[in-house]
Amino acid sequence: MTEIAMPAPADGFLRRGVGAALPVLTVLLAIIVIWYLAAVWMNAQWVQDQAARAGTEVGFGDLVRQTLTQDRPVLPAPHQVAIGWWDGVFGQKITSKRSLVYHGWITLSATLAGFGIGTVAGILLAVGIVHNRAMDQSVMPWAIASQSVPILAIAPMVIVVFASAGVTGLLPKAIIAAWLSFFPVLVGMVKGLRTPDAMQLDLMRSWNASPRQRFWRLRLPSSLPYLFASLKVAIAAALVGTIVGELPAGATAGLGARLLSGSYYGQTVQIWAALFAAAMLAAVLVIVVGVIEKATLTRMGLAR
Amino acid sequence: MKNHLPVIHADNISLTFQTADGPVHALKDVSLTINQGDFVSFIGPSGCGKTTFLRTIAALETPTGGVLDVNGMTPDQARKARAYGYVFQAPGLYPWRTIAGNISLPLEIMGFAKADRKQRIARVLDLVELGGFGGKFPWQLSGGMQQRASIARALAFDADILLMDEPFGALDEIVRDRLNEALLELWRKTRKTIGFVTHSIPEAVYLSTKIVVMSPRPGRITKIIDSPLPAERPLEIRDTPEFIALAHEVREGLREGHGYD
Repeated sequence: MTEIAMPAPADGFLRRGVGAALPVLTVLLAIIVIWYLAAVWMNAQWVQDQAARAGTEVGFGDLVRQTLTQDRPVLPAPHQVAIGWWDGVFGQKITSKRSLVYHGWITLSATLAGFGIGTVAGILLAVGIVHNRAMDQSVMPWAIASQSVPILAIAPMVIVVFASAGVTGLLPKAIIAAWLSFFPVLVGMVKGLRTPDAMQLDLMRSWNASPRQRFWRLRLPSSLPYLFASLKVAIAAALVGTIVGELPAGATAGLGARLLSGSYYGQTVQIWAALFAAAMLAAVLVIVVGVIEKATLTRMGLAR
Repeated sequence: MKNHLPVIHADNISLTFQTADGPVHALKDVSLTINQGDFVSFIGPSGCGKTTFLRTIAALETPTGGVLDVNGMTPDQARKARAYGYVFQAPGLYPWRTIAGNISLPLEIMGFAKADRKQRIARVLDLVELGGFGGKFPWQLSGGMQQRASIARALAFDADILLMDEPFGALDEIVRDRLNEALLELWRKTRKTIGFVTHSIPEAVYLSTKIVVMSPRPGRITKIIDSPLPAERPLEIRDTPEFIALAHEVREGLREGHGYD
């Protein structure tokens, strides 16, 4: 019986793997098809204008071919973006100003610094809110207000203020990243630090535990699942903040600067390649946090 | 072996909660003396104040009237002197600590040295018959074993008083019988004073040297019964006429207090 039953789980696993990949691949394929159609449609005007100027007619085959091979298309085709991305990542020396790895590293370092600052700030504010009645009633409205101000409006001011104090480069961008990333950590940690129920707090009281012991041995470990959920949002937000911080500065380095210079010179392929690099960076960062989360919570017996 | 020194003395304790619907008299004029080595059960319907009274002894609630002393101190002083161990209905074990780690928690908080902790953990694990399970995590244990671990945790720092709030209420009848037997054995070995909240008549009669019958609105004591049963109690004692008569007396006490409203 068991011998016959044995292959079933492996087989089921395989089928589940294919079953999970199939919808994803279908959607991806649909996006690429729609993208090509849109590229042909949006770039056709330029081809026809060129033809009209030269006094020639273009057939359908030529039209499609020419819309997908322009230097500065309105919408670059997927393969153009892929080639642009590949060239940016692997085709350049990583110290080159044309290298996406170089710009990606500039952005990544500011993102990680901002994420660190934001996480520490969010945790400290949450600890204050949970333990101090005055902070409980006063901090949250300000935190919410800080997030309702458009980051695009604040970023230039932060850059200018820091620059006038002679501080440029990583720190101002990290501050903008921290501005966005502290908030999810704050909200998650306030909830997390308050998860211990009345019984667990009573137990601590029956042992005459000090507030410090109650925090380190009960509240903080209980809050970790909430912290990790927040960190995933926070690190993606930090990346967005950094890129926004690179836009107004006239910065010459970073994925945001790459986006900006692309739009100055109409280099749409460069813009899209930088966009995809940023999206992939965000995905990798979230996955890394997710892996650390899973390892930590499994070890702590808190994984669901 | 029996020294009848009073360890808990309550004199006209009242506790009134102010709620939006007006005052709620959780306890009214409760007077009771518990002697060293007593096993006292509090029984009554919900709202009769049995849990509230146990919590005032533990200084988890503060009475609004009357005098209560525990080991000759106020309840709060007794709490700070770690005079009691408290067991709740749920085990409340930390999932990120092993069973030994969970038992170690109050010991760490109280500042016991590492070697002492280790020895105490081994001793109380044996006491609740969980020797060899110290390295397991709570989710690896059954509900009854988890509750035994939580009792071990309450015993680890050698408090003289053990307060138990429906500790076996969430367990099935078979596990409950075994744990009742084990608890009596543990009580005989350690000579602790035990306050035990329950709403099961057989459980109260089987375990107690003194049964306190309470009734609600306002929460009060309607009857205190000293058990005539011998200290040695096998499970079969529950089929004897003495046991049945005592259970009947408790039931009558509950009825007098309009406990079945």
